[in-house]
Amino acid sequence: MSLKIHQDHSRFKQIVRGKIKANLRRYVQKGEMLGKKGKDTISIPIPFIDIPHFKYGHKEQGGVGQGEGDIGQQLSPGSVQPGDGHKAGQGEGDHALEVDVSLDELASILGEELQLPNIERKGKEQVVAQKIKYTGVHTTGPESLRHFKRTFKQALRRQIALGTYDPKMPIIIPTREDRRYRSYRLQSLPETNAVIIYMMDVSGSMGDEQKEIVRIESFWLDTWLRHQYKGVACRYIIHDAVAREVDRETFFHTRESGGTMISSAYKLCRDIIRADYPPGSWNIYPFHFSDGDNWSADDTRHCIDMLRTDILPAVNQFAYGQVESPYGSGQFIKDLRETVGDSENVALSEIADKDAIYQSIRDFLGKGR
Amino acid sequence: MPKSLTPRLAQLKDEIEGHARSFGLDYFETVFELLGYDELNMVASYGGFPNRYPHWRWGMEYEQLSKGYEYGLSKIYELVINNDPCYAYLLESNAEVDQKLVMAHVYGHCDFFKNNFYFQHTNRRMMDEMANHATRVRRWVDKVGIEKVEDFIDRALSLENLIDYHSPYIRRSPDPKRAEQEEQSNERVEGFRVDREYMRGYVNPTEFLESQRKKVEDEKAKKKHFPERPQRDVLLFLLEHAPLEPWEFDVLAILREEAYYFAPQGQTKIMNEGWASYWHSTIMTRKALTADEIIDYADHHSGTLGTRPGALNPYKLGIELYRDIEERWNKGRFGKEWDECDDLKARRAWDKNLGLGREKIFEVRKHYNDVTFIDTFLTPEFAMEQKLFVYGFNEKRNSWEILDREFRKVKNKLLSQLTNFGQPIIEVVDGNFENRGELLLAHKHDGQDLKADYSRETLRNLQTVWRRPCNLVTKVEGKGVCLRFDGQNQTEKKVEL
Repeated sequence: MSLKIHQDHSRFKQIVRGKIKANLRRYVQKGEMLGKKGKDTISIPIPFIDIPHFKYGHKEQGGVGQGEGDIGQQLSPGSVQPGDGHKAGQGEGDHALEVDVSLDELASILGEELQLPNIERKGKEQVVAQKIKYTGVHTTGPESLRHFKRTFKQALRRQIALGTYDPKMPIIIPTREDRRYRSYRLQSLPETNAVIIYMMDVSGSMGDEQKEIVRIESFWLDTWLRHQYKGVACRYIIHDAVAREVDRETFFHTRESGGTMISSAYKLCRDIIRADYPPGSWNIYPFHFSDGDNWSADDTRHCIDMLRTDILPAVNQFAYGQVESPYGSGQFIKDLRETVGDSENVALSEIADKDAIYQSIRDFLGKGR
Repeated sequence: MPKSLTPRLAQLKDEIEGHARSFGLDYFETVFELLGYDELNMVASYGGFPNRYPHWRWGMEYEQLSKGYEYGLSKIYELVINNDPCYAYLLESNAEVDQKLVMAHVYGHCDFFKNNFYFQHTNRRMMDEMANHATRVRRWVDKVGIEKVEDFIDRALSLENLIDYHSPYIRRSPDPKRAEQEEQSNERVEGFRVDREYMRGYVNPTEFLESQRKKVEDEKAKKKHFPERPQRDVLLFLLEHAPLEPWEFDVLAILREEAYYFAPQGQTKIMNEGWASYWHSTIMTRKALTADEIIDYADHHSGTLGTRPGALNPYKLGIELYRDIEERWNKGRFGKEWDECDDLKARRAWDKNLGLGREKIFEVRKHYNDVTFIDTFLTPEFAMEQKLFVYGFNEKRNSWEILDREFRKVKNKLLSQLTNFGQPIIEVVDGNFENRGELLLAHKHDGQDLKADYSRETLRNLQTVWRRPCNLVTKVEGKGVCLRFDGQNQTEKKVEL
């Protein structure tokens, strides 16, 4: 049944979406909404849905509460409900200005806003995984799959039926006929796996601001790719003059110093792909962020060779984002543009500041690869 | 669509109503209707009414309520409208014991609506009125377009709390002092002193006197304030003096009327919910419960009255205060003798068997609102028993924490939270500020600063209604500040207060 309120509701949703769209740039800029909460929901503040009133600042206000606790004891976060005393009408207190949007919804909003095409996966037929599924119990099978419990149950049943079971001496001896085995079926599953390989230059010239940009941008890339693929693996590589693989935490927070040898990262990336992600069954997305200040022209040449021969043929798309920094020369992107810029599966983007993240996401994901 | 009660529920209603009446509750005729959860959510989103003007914020409420319901986080049991007859909505899928509880609760509310002083001026035909408002707004939407109307409503809602919550109960008279001053300044214009009478025509020619007189009158006109006294009902001031289109005028008038209608519910939240909870508890536990319902009842009752450290539950505070009052008046724990008794032992054993408790709480529900209720009846013993505390924000630790349990502080905080709904008091001081048709508002600063970004935005909305620059004088960190929005730019300058 259609309710009157559905009109208001859909209008509200439109506004919310509109707001998100209009403010998307702002969120990305400020990086204020990147906390994943719970399973995969994220709360997005929508500033103007709360119609502004003249009111007191909450923090000064405080309030009266009820319950145990010593003076000075902290109240658990979230338990405090700063209200404007009472609100007329429903009197439900002050609503937090948040609308819950699941990551999936967020991704579709992102996709809609940036007009991102859906990703064309690599040949679905090729990427097939066989999965073993245990579907039932049989009377025959390999011993290794013997179902212990069922076997003994069966034996117990038989003994009771034959009258040989003695509750005082509950000894159960399964015979050949009692044995039960798990049976399985092989299922062919078309699988679309994706791996994102993040590489970041952590040489001295990459400051906190640059890293913040990388962090925000990777969040959005991550959100989008997860929206497109069921399982997404992530690998993280940091490099200065040498490259090493790290966990996510380290990736975003390390600050190294020293020179930059981009080839070291590409080499590691290549090795990871070779070892773990056969291109036939994986959609591979390397993203590399740097300030574009490579050690030497020699090393750059080495990088390009590696890209041409090993990486580009294997991956869906290779993306390079160059974050502007006060120290870097920014030469690397020029070199890439000249040499591999024409390749279909190379996306290059220069990110001047936080404002540019928006455009850069479009550069990276706009090709639909 | 709302359904009338099933025969079984109608029977229960009669039973509960019988109990309510026998306890002396006095209510308008109460009509119960059954709704499915989405309909109930809709009505709740509309502020309890089945029909409101189109606006996205009902949709926002609806989204929250329906999500809350779907995820099992919250559930509305009941809705009741202050109207004659009272309309109350029950959730169709509720269990019988819940329906009984809700009915008993509703009769408490209805009694309160009918008898509490602060509801005396409310429109008891609001059900029809709301539907009329909806129709009026829809008609304007058809004429000028949804975008325009909605934008205007958005802006007007920003000012919705700028009404004079007390104006239905008192008449604000013109300032007697000012009238006196005017009287005095009404002197005659005499011109220069003339020593020789025959020179008068030369020293003070008639034209000169004329022009002098005019000057004085102009001065006076200038001095004459507009509004004469600071006016708290900013919405009324706008209705009377802002250059509004007819449709804007109508919409603003509607919003103002609705704000006044809802105001008493905000002013008596603790009392109203407390009263209803008191009665559902009394009726259910003394009369209506059957043995097999007790567990469910206890579960839901305690759910309603549950407290969390950071938020005061009006149901809980209300019901406990009524019970405390009842006990005190039953035992004669009031008056001079009681107040002056310092003997703890004697106080504890104090019982004069007066049995006035029930009578007293009926009286209290008639004459008080939340502020006076707390002010009069919150005792140190009660605050301690209920474990009330003041909390505040600790900047250093970046968290909320318990600050104090001292009675005075708890009470003052509570009262300041309730006064004017815990909202700042803002008045129109001048509708012709600087003689340029600008609007000047003043914030009566009582120690708490305004939320700066919100103030600026509100000012911006106000400006679009007033159409001339708008100013707000307030204090920021102890210093006078005048915020101004002229339609283009936000400015701020220091002022002496």
